[in-house]
Amino acid sequence: MTTQAGKPLAIALENCAKTFPDGTRALEPLDFAIHAGETVVFLGPSGCGKTTTLRIIAGLEEPDAGGRVLFDGEDVTRLPIEQRNVGMVFQSYALFPNMTVAGNIGYGLRIRGTQEAALKARVGEMLDMMQIARLADRRIDQLSGGQRQRVALARALAVRPRALLLDEPLTALDAKLRDTLRLDIDSLLRSLGITAIYVTHDQAEAMALGDRIVVMEHGRVAQIGEPREIYQRPATRFVAEFIGTMNRLTGSAKNGVFSCKAGNLPWAEAPANATEILFRPEDIRVAESHEETGLQGTVAAAFFLGDRTRLFVEVGEARPLVIESTARRAFRHGETVRLAIDPRGLVVL
Amino acid sequence: MRHESRRLILLLLPAGIFFAAFFLLPMARLFFIGGSGKTGWAAYAAILTDAHYFSSLLSTLGVATATTAATLAISGISGVFLQRHKFPGNGALVAMLTLPLAFPGVVIGFMVIMLAGRMGLIGQVTQALTGEKLVFAYTMSGLFMGYVYFSIPRTILTVMAAAEKLDPRLEEAARSLGASPWRVVLDVIIPGLKPAFISAGAICFATAVGAFGTAFTLAAKINVLPMVIYTEFTLSANIAMAAALSFVLGIVTWLVLAVARTAAGSSVAAAG
Ligand SMILES: Nc1ncnc2c1ncn2[C@@H]1O[C@H](COP(=O)(O)OP(=O)(O)OP(=O)(O)O)[C@@H](O)[C@H]1O
Ligand SMILES: [Mg+2]
Repeated sequence: MTTQAGKPLAIALENCAKTFPDGTRALEPLDFAIHAGETVVFLGPSGCGKTTTLRIIAGLEEPDAGGRVLFDGEDVTRLPIEQRNVGMVFQSYALFPNMTVAGNIGYGLRIRGTQEAALKARVGEMLDMMQIARLADRRIDQLSGGQRQRVALARALAVRPRALLLDEPLTALDAKLRDTLRLDIDSLLRSLGITAIYVTHDQAEAMALGDRIVVMEHGRVAQIGEPREIYQRPATRFVAEFIGTMNRLTGSAKNGVFSCKAGNLPWAEAPANATEILFRPEDIRVAESHEETGLQGTVAAAFFLGDRTRLFVEVGEARPLVIESTARRAFRHGETVRLAIDPRGLVVL
Repeated sequence: MRHESRRLILLLLPAGIFFAAFFLLPMARLFFIGGSGKTGWAAYAAILTDAHYFSSLLSTLGVATATTAATLAISGISGVFLQRHKFPGNGALVAMLTLPLAFPGVVIGFMVIMLAGRMGLIGQVTQALTGEKLVFAYTMSGLFMGYVYFSIPRTILTVMAAAEKLDPRLEEAARSLGASPWRVVLDVIIPGLKPAFISAGAICFATAVGAFGTAFTLAAKINVLPMVIYTEFTLSANIAMAAALSFVLGIVTWLVLAVARTAAGSSVAAAG
């Protein structure tokens, strides 16, 4: 699609911290470069500073003294948002209630003094792109949540912004709508090739959309990486627990064997000082009867989900292990199961 | 269904009785008294044909319109400012703003005289500066000043309440699309405050049409309907004319407000 003009924008944050007038330290000094055309997702629990970071990039907040925001290498720290040409999409849609759908989408162009014919053409193009052409003359209060967010996206993109900033755009929608719109946003961002920054606290959304994910905790960056890297090689316990499900076994490593209450796990590369190992549910399974394994536990709960069974297996740790079993058999409460763990999925922090 | 509508009627009853007793019946009575004088129904025609009555009707509507416009402009700006910028003394200032509401019209008139009367502050200052004394307390301008002073407080309070409910994201969205601060005011803040402007403006207009105390204090050259009605009623004992004028005052005010409301309502739909 050739709807974006020019080449995508590279954004850099240098030493950007934010302290609000009331003394709240929302963001610790952050250095981060966003490549041109990349989709970066800021992920973290409520209050960790995601929105603050996005607003600094947008120009709605200024970083504390010493911080700089660079667009394609040019310092825009003091440039107000209306001169930065970035598109914004909010969780609350923020559509103008006194304008129709078409009026909203054309607003940015009208401000720029675009010729009526060109404006009409562009609005039509955006309506088609977001599949909302039949809503053009509706008032905003006549739209559903999903339709509103499509209008908001169209409005933000109509002016061909240098970057698109989205703050939890799907959070207000129900689960099913969230899935379809997420797919649409994903293909939109890929086809436009626009630099996009996406804030969410939903890890599934982050995994699906992000070229890279920035995991934040209490105003600090906990980890930056590609989704796979974040998931498989979490840098901190916080990241490990925040994204997906993590199983934990405590014990000690000696001579290539990790020993814990559940038994012994042969692991050639076990670091000598490991007192705790972490792994994902997909890296552990219930062993076949002929298999040799030194680990076992008792089934505390089993939920049949159709394609698999989610097992909670008690192994004498603080929390039972979570196992996704695809075995074609039923599990009984209190049954003893032998367990096999793939050492490639083991993480030591 | 039947049960539902019966309950609705029951709920509307108090308002209905009130409306009939204090509005419909007196207005109807006023209307008939207006036609019961020596000239009969011609009293109503006189309001349009008699230059004195007609000009007082026009100047009443004129001063009310000017008051409403000035009040909305001043209160709109100050209301949004006071709501957005909390500074030390903000609360005390807002509390002080409500003061004029407690003053009777006479006191307002007195204040206008102290400011713009023959011995007033403005007169002294202009005399010192230009050698000519500026006195306008006893004219339409003085009345206008008094009404604006009296109307600003409650309009500011209404605007502040409405400004608090404005969604800051709307302004941010407009700015992200390239809107200058001025465009944001025009496209987001004013449309957002419109309901408050309409209701506060209506009250302001109606008050300015009917206020009497201030005009009475400033007296002299001021020719507004409430003054004319007072004169007809007490001095000329022309009760029929006073009633006819009162009735027309009520109807015209109602008409103006109804038209303003419809115009404002339809402009919402047309704005897209
Ligand atoms: N204007 C403000 N004044 C004072 N503190 C603020 C302000 N805005 C945000 N904060 C604080 O800064 C911290 C980070 O806020 P931020 O909005 O960036 O969080 P977030 O990660 O977007 O959270 P959420 O997922 O709930 O939106 C929070 O502790 C918040 O209370
Ligand atoms: Mg947020």
